[in-house]
Amino acid sequence: MLVVIALFILVMGAILWLVDSSSKVPRWAVITGFLGPAVLALTFGLVYPGLRTIYSSFFNRNGTEYVGVDNYVRAFTESQFQIVLRNTVLWVFLVPIAATLVGLIYAVLVDRTRFERIAKTLVFLPMAISMVGASVIWKFVYEYRPTDRPQTGLANQLLVWLGLDSRQFLLNQPQNTLFLIIVMVWIQTGFAMTVLSASIKAIPEDIIEAAKLDGLSGLGMFRHITVPSIRPALVVVLTTIAMGTLKVFDIVRTMTGGNFSTSVVANEFYWQSFRQNDKGFGAALAVVLFVVVIPLVVYNVRQMRIVEEIR
Amino acid sequence: MSAATVGTGIVEEAVVGSKAPRGGLNRRAKFAGKKLSSPWASLAAIIIALVWTTPTVGLLVTSFRPEADIRSDGWWNVLLHPTFTMDNYQQALFGNQTNFAGYFVNSLVITLPAVVIPISIALLAAYAFAWIDFRGRNLLFVAVFALQIVPIQVTLIPLLSQYVDWGINGTYWTVWLSHTMFALPLAIFLLHNLMKEIPPSLIEAARVDGAGHVKIFFRVLLPLLVPAIASFAIFQFLWVWNDLLVALTFAGGATNVYPLTVRIAEMVGSRGSDWYLLSAGAFISMIVPVIVFLSLQRYFVRGLLAGSVKG
Repeated sequence: MLVVIALFILVMGAILWLVDSSSKVPRWAVITGFLGPAVLALTFGLVYPGLRTIYSSFFNRNGTEYVGVDNYVRAFTESQFQIVLRNTVLWVFLVPIAATLVGLIYAVLVDRTRFERIAKTLVFLPMAISMVGASVIWKFVYEYRPTDRPQTGLANQLLVWLGLDSRQFLLNQPQNTLFLIIVMVWIQTGFAMTVLSASIKAIPEDIIEAAKLDGLSGLGMFRHITVPSIRPALVVVLTTIAMGTLKVFDIVRTMTGGNFSTSVVANEFYWQSFRQNDKGFGAALAVVLFVVVIPLVVYNVRQMRIVEEIR
Repeated sequence: MSAATVGTGIVEEAVVGSKAPRGGLNRRAKFAGKKLSSPWASLAAIIIALVWTTPTVGLLVTSFRPEADIRSDGWWNVLLHPTFTMDNYQQALFGNQTNFAGYFVNSLVITLPAVVIPISIALLAAYAFAWIDFRGRNLLFVAVFALQIVPIQVTLIPLLSQYVDWGINGTYWTVWLSHTMFALPLAIFLLHNLMKEIPPSLIEAARVDGAGHVKIFFRVLLPLLVPAIASFAIFQFLWVWNDLLVALTFAGGATNVYPLTVRIAEMVGSRGSDWYLLSAGAFISMIVPVIVFLSLQRYFVRGLLAGSVKG
């Protein structure tokens, strides 16, 4: 590793030295020296593979035969993949809404309390760890034991304490997808809370005082002042989380492996491309992800601008 | 050009706001007093905080319990028979079958170059975009910016077959190269925005003194950019450390290259009921990001916000 870093520094140094050694170096060489490595890496690593994937999504599993839009038709019509699409839609809607809602409520509740800092850190911490780690944590919460045995999973223990039967949270369809979604909500709430908390603090004071004079407080304040004032930030948070959720792979892969009807597009992409070796179909799924994410990004960037103008 | 600037602004607010309320906030805090004293609000905040921390605490407690205890009852019974042990960690780190110590080193070996290399390349490119005039500069910059939204799934199949052609499949090189290429759009965009904020007069003065591009870059710009570089470095460090998809795809099958995330995800599948190993393993993988997060929270949140579109 250290050798690689040293080697890399050596190469970069050589480029810089060549570019700078004399004033006779032509301009284009200077620009190439500075931009060359980046442009090369981006072309090789993103542009070419992206185009290549779009191309191969119109071919069969090993790229030998042109099949038109068959891969896409398959992705949208075969029943097993319709479940995948249904799950993805559920994820992309439920995670942003739930995470934003909880994050917003929590941000309002702890705003300007004595414990604000520590309270925020606790909820934000799941963002720092890997989704694999989060999956292990929650898989343990969902651990199943028959009702009459001592429980080791917290969720089932709660059910037993309430006098109910323990259940297979990750196996029973179709609710199992919801229990996976909870994990992602648990991770993303910290993000929503942080951004929204900052927006709430930025609401101009005169607006709040005017509202107070009009007799608003508590829930009324929340509904008529807080929420409208931070609407652009809300949209940014919703779309940002939606983009992240669309590509979620780690949680599904770690907790169920996509079995028991819990797969999503990103997981199915991995499964089809690298386990089933159906490159054409895998490519089509990746392209679907790409196409769906574009409008989200455009909308997100627009709202970001509004947030920026407000400040 | 929004993401980075908005992100920075928002977080500045959040950090400053939560640490030391300024004049305006103090006055508002008085108004808020009523809302905060409501017992229902406090209760709701405490419930959310509990739900967000209990799963992690449960697994943490479990990781210190003897294997037999873990199997026989839930972690909440720990107070009834408080026996603690480091055996799980001992076993997870150095046991023949797990050897997480080795995978920990792999994670480090993967992560450090995958942070250093893209930052260096991006710094050069960002400098050229910000301070060297050439034809097509804006067009090229917008193209780089737009590449941020390409989901990495779209690139994986062609990249993998390229790596196989070169015979470097299953080595660290594939993971380093891939993370470098995926990181560049965001890194260039972020560093460029911040370089642009440095007053041109500084650069001009250096130029008048006869400094070339390289000298300006190292003597004038680099010291001013340290906070920005730190933000991105932390973001990238955690992204790579927590990554599953890239490592799984390119290091697939090469167990001597696997980072912790891949190994743990694999173990959840193959030894999903060995909680004494899984719990310890999960925390071994989490300790680094959590330390980074707690000690560098400010930079961390900033980088995270700016990078929320990535992936």
